[in-house]
Amino acid sequence: MTEKSPLTVLDRPNSFIGKSVSRAGAKRLLEGRGTFVDDMTLPRMVHVAFCRSPFAHAKFGAINSEAAKAASGIISVVTGRELAEYCTPWVGVLTHLQGLKSAPQHAIALDKACWQGEAVVAVIAETRSQAEDAVELVEIDYQELPVVADMETALDDATPVIHSDLGDNLCFQREVDIGEVDKAFADAHCVVEETFNFGRHTGVCLETRAIIADYNPSEEHLTVYLSAQAPHMMKNLYAKHFGLNEDKVRVVCKDVGGSFGIKVHTYPDEMATGALSIMLKRPVKFNADRLESFVTDIHARDHRVKARMAVSKEGKFLAIDMDDLTGIGPYSVYPRTSGIEANQVINLTGGPYTIENYRANARVVFTNKNGMCQYRAVGHPIACAVGEGLVDAAARAMDMDPVELRRRNLIPDDAYPYTYATGLVYEQLSHHQCLDKLLEMMDYDGLRREQAEYRDKGIHRGIGFASMIEVTNPSPAFYGVGGAFISSQEGCTMRLDHTGGITCTVGVTEQGQGSDAVMAQVAATAVGVPMENIRIVSGDTDVVPYGGGTWASRAAGIGGEAALRAGKALRENLLEIAAIILQADAAALDIQDGAVVDADGGTERMPLSELGRIVYFRGDTLPKDVQPELVVTRHYVPKAFPFAFTNGVEAFYVEVDVDTGFVKLLKCWVVDDCGTIINPMLVDEQIRGGVVQGIGGALYEECLYDERGQYLNATMADYLTPMAMEMPDIEVGHVETPTKDSELGAKGVGEAGTTGAPAAIMNAINDAIQPFGKHVSDMPFTPERILKALGKV
Amino acid sequence: MSDTLTVNLTVNGEKVSRAIEPRRNLVDFLREDLQLTGSHVGCEHGVCGACTLRVNGEIVRGCLMLAVQAEGAVVETIEGVSDSGEIADLQEAFHERNALQCGFCTPGMLLAAADLLNANPGAGRDQIREHISGNYCRCTGYQAIVDAIEAVGRKRSGQSS
Amino acid sequence: MKAAPFDFVRATALSDVFAAFERHGDDARIVAGGQSLMPMMNMRLAAPRVLVDINHIAELNGVSETDGTLRIGALTRHQELGVNALVAEHAPLLTMASTHIAHPAIRNRGTFGGSLSHADPAAELPACAIASDAVINAVSSSRGERSIKAVDFFLGTFHTALEPDEILVSVDIPIIGAAERVAFDELARRQGDYALVGLAAKGTIEGKTFKDLRLVFFSVADRPILATETIATLEGKDYSPDTVTVAEAALEVDLQDIDSDLHTSAATKTHLARVLVGRVLAELAGEGRQ
Repeated sequence: MTEKSPLTVLDRPNSFIGKSVSRAGAKRLLEGRGTFVDDMTLPRMVHVAFCRSPFAHAKFGAINSEAAKAASGIISVVTGRELAEYCTPWVGVLTHLQGLKSAPQHAIALDKACWQGEAVVAVIAETRSQAEDAVELVEIDYQELPVVADMETALDDATPVIHSDLGDNLCFQREVDIGEVDKAFADAHCVVEETFNFGRHTGVCLETRAIIADYNPSEEHLTVYLSAQAPHMMKNLYAKHFGLNEDKVRVVCKDVGGSFGIKVHTYPDEMATGALSIMLKRPVKFNADRLESFVTDIHARDHRVKARMAVSKEGKFLAIDMDDLTGIGPYSVYPRTSGIEANQVINLTGGPYTIENYRANARVVFTNKNGMCQYRAVGHPIACAVGEGLVDAAARAMDMDPVELRRRNLIPDDAYPYTYATGLVYEQLSHHQCLDKLLEMMDYDGLRREQAEYRDKGIHRGIGFASMIEVTNPSPAFYGVGGAFISSQEGCTMRLDHTGGITCTVGVTEQGQGSDAVMAQVAATAVGVPMENIRIVSGDTDVVPYGGGTWASRAAGIGGEAALRAGKALRENLLEIAAIILQADAAALDIQDGAVVDADGGTERMPLSELGRIVYFRGDTLPKDVQPELVVTRHYVPKAFPFAFTNGVEAFYVEVDVDTGFVKLLKCWVVDDCGTIINPMLVDEQIRGGVVQGIGGALYEECLYDERGQYLNATMADYLTPMAMEMPDIEVGHVETPTKDSELGAKGVGEAGTTGAPAAIMNAINDAIQPFGKHVSDMPFTPERILKALGKV
Repeated sequence: MSDTLTVNLTVNGEKVSRAIEPRRNLVDFLREDLQLTGSHVGCEHGVCGACTLRVNGEIVRGCLMLAVQAEGAVVETIEGVSDSGEIADLQEAFHERNALQCGFCTPGMLLAAADLLNANPGAGRDQIREHISGNYCRCTGYQAIVDAIEAVGRKRSGQSS
Repeated sequence: MKAAPFDFVRATALSDVFAAFERHGDDARIVAGGQSLMPMMNMRLAAPRVLVDINHIAELNGVSETDGTLRIGALTRHQELGVNALVAEHAPLLTMASTHIAHPAIRNRGTFGGSLSHADPAAELPACAIASDAVINAVSSSRGERSIKAVDFFLGTFHTALEPDEILVSVDIPIIGAAERVAFDELARRQGDYALVGLAAKGTIEGKTFKDLRLVFFSVADRPILATETIATLEGKDYSPDTVTVAEAALEVDLQDIDSDLHTSAATKTHLARVLVGRVLAELAGEGRQ
């Protein structure tokens, strides 16, 4: 299945593709010399803090800011109505999500707050401390309104409608009904049914959201320094909502302290900061504190899924029927909308298997909680846990080994291209190869023996699997067709400097995942220079080619292909000039290790620095009709498929203390197929980091609200994230099936780990407690939930 | 507003004197008054460890100590231990092993790691995990960090890695 | 968030503290390690007008043993509790408990006296103080020094028997007897977290027979709970599975007013307390973990 031509550019002499090269950009971070937004101070810069609604749903009338305005260091106190002169509202809809609706959202609420934490008044001061002091002095006359806290009753007639203009609290609904579902269930030998609950959780980037907006009225120019993933998208939105010429907006993303999807959305407080800079004609900084992050960074995953699966006597999956409900807060988040996660859930569930009958209903409802939107592995962990949970339920019901049951149903490795029931098209996946490799890595049979021995001693260990698919390298089908200015293409501009160095500007952005390093590896390989000769510039819309940035596991696959194409083009130009200088045939020359060499034998003919010297300073020595071009730009957008699907399989080995309900993670194994691997170390670390975020959702993380919509655990002491002590070592293996849609062949890997971990942990816990005839399906699996399942509480 | 107080301390080997508000915590003081922005602020309530600093030789949370409490103290930050070369081996190991992604936790993580290895270079993986258990990293999943610290510990204690 | 403004007093003697109390009354608040107070101030949940820093009062330091009593100065750091040889020899319960308190950087600053004065019901050291039969020494300028039994010291969440003008200066702990044993266990989701339930225990074990047990649960109510009913039930009994069952039953009385918290219901805490008592009794009896 995985054929590789031996003559591709990836196999050039001294190729860096497939090498675990360390990230050049990491050195400054190791010495504390990075530049995160909050590290920056601009002349005349002021700070904003916000009065935030203490109520989940409340009207407010009179705002008395006299005392605040008189406080020390205060520059201004601004209401929503005042700021609305500088920033138009937005509506988070996409046309291809038919029927999705939302209400206009303002940077600062005008007269009604719809979640606890919504900004109501902005206070601008010389220092953040002073702004916070004055926030406490602003008097706001709130009148509490009935709260929609429970998504289950959000659509009931008795429940108040949050935005009366919308008519109801339904944001989006989608139904799919493929094949003959009812017949499949009627014919089934076995039907398993389960309700899965997924806790609401959030990204908890260690660097909180941060922005400095710097408006220069003399040029009507806005520069925004932002901790974010998609600078060009934000540039467009700033221009659009601040009424500026988009050519006069510059967005700069320097170092970003974690993003994971959190920093790819439009946040009202950040929009307010931009508008305030225009209003006040000076730089304004907003750096969310941790408490603000918990109540305003997007949340995700709050889904309740009722699902059932029909299975034949032979263990063949016949049909899935599911109902997904999610409450996304009071607004669909702009511009990517809050319909995507539910959409993914009903697209992807059961995706690794040959299931032909499929029915799903997804409803997305408004609630008076913080907004939900796309966070790492959007919808995937839910779809994976539902599908894999049903698979293991079937294995239990039919007393079959869960691996054997998967083998009988995973799409055969020779069945591609394959179209899944929901219409997803898979170019080429490798489920069976991955599973075989995983079983070997973990010594499955040995582990089962060990499990049995421990069980005899009263120690309850469990093994859980999750086969998975992941959406990567999205084409314009994801957002562009829905009308959003979110680019799916990427560009790379590459320049030979007179020193022989190569400077690349790229549209994809570095979030720590290593995209700059990967671009450098591709560029160095394509041109034929050492890694240290490559310099990558990213994140500045004034400098880099137009691009989408980093999301949906696209940087390496799409940005990498653009860099490959640019590198090849530059190499061609360089060889053309070298051939003239050396009076040789360009086809007989190559570039290796930073020098022009004889293609045959590799004898050095001229270092690139010499070529640069001649072109830049002694053009007079070149023939009159030759004009060297030492800068090239190339672009790439995936076209053959809407997405480049990847696949993989994860397994967890856990021990459940059946007295306390505590789960100890003993070991984790992952085999993933992300196509061509550019940097094995970075790929493995993406998987490990992703797995641990999945562990967070499975065991620890949950945003807790009470029935009044009050957020209960807005501190890092109360919202539990994975920490070092409890995390297992994670062994990673690979199968490589390059996509043929690009020469590079790379697919994404940023979200695979997160996709499978919750499902595999759930299945491992259930395997451990199977002797008690009990199982769990509500995440996170707290000791209490496990004890309740075991009937001990 | 409360009156300012003058605080005198040694930061990365340099004597520093500043008049500051008592409420200014140590990490904000370093970042905003001394422009030592290598120490980061992640939660301001002592949980995340991004602001880990060394005060009189011991690691502390920079957000849970006031700058005025550092009167007469010797404070060392990531900038100081980088420039002195003290943790060059740890930094190299983190770099080689990709034991950082976004790098926001890294200065605090390195100081916590150095604290452990100074006392116990032979620390095993569980001891390493325990010692950095108060330093939150969202990116790596910790394994690469543990690997890097373990490798340096082995080198320092003369074991082969 | 940033702390609200306050004035700062750097005390170098107890007289400085008393002077601040006299001048500012309830507006003055003592800070020692600051590992509990500073987070609350940074979230503006606490906003003292005057902060009195006691870190430089020399007489609040030190660990010493005199006539069968271990005296631990209020400023003794958690880290020091974990490594101090006198503590390990004479009050090993504190040594055991110290590694469960947060993380190294916190333990380097947090103090024994601060933990007791702060009286967080989920904290380890207040329970250990009660289990160890500790006596807490406090001083005020007008009334001089007085001693309060640990069991009488904790009155509720963040509420102790200290008067507003008093400062905790040291803790006296009777040194552990030859036949006495201690055990400590807690169930925390992550290393260093506050426990769902914890248990500090001390007692005399003769053969397998329990005598003079002190079992103190924490993170179950608004203060550490000395399980008097369970203790009485166990007095003179030999360790056995039946004894554990009896103890578990007696716990229902001791923990009838148990509180739930954000993540864990009272029913779950009660169950976990039963599990802990079984494990801790086994450990005291030298039976190892069950």
